[in-house]
Amino acid sequence: METFVLNLLNGLSWGMLLFLISAGLSTVFGVMGILNFAHGSFYMIGAYFCMEVMHIIPNFWLGLIVAPIGVGILGVVIEKTLLNKIYNRDVTFQLLLTFAILLVLDDSVRLIWGAGYHIVDPPKLLSGVFHIFSSTYPIYRIFIIIMGPVVGVSLWAFFYFTKYGKIVRAAAMDREMAEGVGLNVPAIFTAVFALGSWLAGIGGALAAPFQSIAPSMGERIIIESFIVVVVGGLGSFPGAFAGALMLGLLESFGTELVGEIQMALPYMLLAIILLIKPTGLFGEKQ
Amino acid sequence: MLKIKIPFIVCLILLLLSIPFIFSEYWLLILSEILIMGLFAISFNLLFGYSGLLSFGHAGFFGVGAYTAALLLQHNITSIFLIIIIGIVVSGIISFIIGFLSVKHDEIYFAMITLAFGMMLFTIAHNWTSLTGGSDGLPLMTMPVIKIAGKEFSFFEPQTIYYFTLIITVVSTFILYRIVNSHFGLILTGIRENKNRLIFAGANISNIRLFAFVISAIFSSIAGIIFCFFSSMATPDSLHWSFSAKPVIMSVLGGAEVFLGPLFGSIVFYILEQIIRQFTDNWMIFLGIFLIPIVIFFPKGILGTFLNVFNKEKGGKNG
Repeated sequence: METFVLNLLNGLSWGMLLFLISAGLSTVFGVMGILNFAHGSFYMIGAYFCMEVMHIIPNFWLGLIVAPIGVGILGVVIEKTLLNKIYNRDVTFQLLLTFAILLVLDDSVRLIWGAGYHIVDPPKLLSGVFHIFSSTYPIYRIFIIIMGPVVGVSLWAFFYFTKYGKIVRAAAMDREMAEGVGLNVPAIFTAVFALGSWLAGIGGALAAPFQSIAPSMGERIIIESFIVVVVGGLGSFPGAFAGALMLGLLESFGTELVGEIQMALPYMLLAIILLIKPTGLFGEKQ
Repeated sequence: MLKIKIPFIVCLILLLLSIPFIFSEYWLLILSEILIMGLFAISFNLLFGYSGLLSFGHAGFFGVGAYTAALLLQHNITSIFLIIIIGIVVSGIISFIIGFLSVKHDEIYFAMITLAFGMMLFTIAHNWTSLTGGSDGLPLMTMPVIKIAGKEFSFFEPQTIYYFTLIITVVSTFILYRIVNSHFGLILTGIRENKNRLIFAGANISNIRLFAFVISAIFSSIAGIIFCFFSSMATPDSLHWSFSAKPVIMSVLGGAEVFLGPLFGSIVFYILEQIIRQFTDNWMIFLGIFLIPIVIFFPKGILGTFLNVFNKEKGGKNG
């Protein structure tokens, strides 16, 4: 029972981080049709930005607010200078461009902060541990588990109940029609890419006290997010949520149940989903 | 066009044969690596350039070749012929399974799925320590020995490696060239250009793509086998997705629509690396900065753009 609860909490906390990243990836894809390879780099940069903010003013909450905004601005710059030049091109080239951006961002981070690990302390309010049976568990991880659904539901509410959300969905559904009724689609694209980058930044800032900060953290999460969005269905919010939960729990319980093969479980999940439902759990026809 | 090509190719091969007499050992090794990666990139480009499928997991097959060779050599099987045959069989089987799961999907999905399965192979190489040596890889003490006219040539010698690489690369490239220009190659390009038309014409797209996927993976694994001889070890790095990115970058640099574009890209890649590494270790930044304008402004790559301009000046015949 005890290990079950611990595994459950571990799986949930990693799953919620995965969800934040996959949701951003999915949003950008759903609206702009671009799969952003550099999304994991945005996540990583969010963590580094948070760390830098806390070097100046040692307050985590400030970092959690400022860092994602910084990443969002970076996203706007990239969208305005590079991405908007290739919207009418083959998707493969869009993917290649975001990959080239990933190369630049990842190695820039290595150049600026070095290849070593950095550690950020959780805020006072959330430091400490609580007791489950005879074990202890860090409170900060519970905070992450709560933050996932909070951000997810707010995003969903934004897209479905606010005017701006509806505008974005309109642009995603039919670009020409949206332009025809006078919507400024290029501006919407910029805003959506900023939103996606901002989400990745939140994920990164949240992850800063959760795991050690290193240049490789973006790489791990982007690969797992790819699995999440293929499993859940690219462009689908519930899909991203379900996929992220499945992957997170699979990894935490997998260590317990199957030992060393645990590392192969995400790929097995991917293979099974591709066999039985190639469009993903919540995906529509491609 | 072909009439110009044949003397040109003969000259090129003669030049490549004479290189050990001209360059130092250091450059000989770099040139061997350029050829190995060039072969890898050309096999990758059978999928990317000719079928329009961007695989981000091809290092997995490259690594399968390298590990097959290393494991066989560790068990004292030193016949090059046997190693290559077993390498082809193993990579053929693995790529058939992965290909079966991926080829039904287009573009973005295909890229993500191949990336994931490539990383699965990396995870196996990295974590199955008892078989693969884990993150240290498999260093090799024994190497195949080639006997020609009573003389023995060791694979620890840069010249032997260079000539061996040259022969295998030229032969494999020739086979791939024939495949690309065959009936099958035409169907493949047809699918890239207009999938639906081919479906209406009665083509089984998944099977054709799967076949291309397996061929591409097999030649990638042959490149991996040579790479294992070349570096006298197999390491998990060679399965990592950052390694999968190399043939992608090379094809884009050189030009994915030209058959030898990826090889040209491999040359550019290593020249760039040699130059930039003199100043900084973070050469990926510069690679990225170099890649961005090519993707945006010259999607046909360096060789492709050059050939386009050249052909236009000659009177507009498209080569």
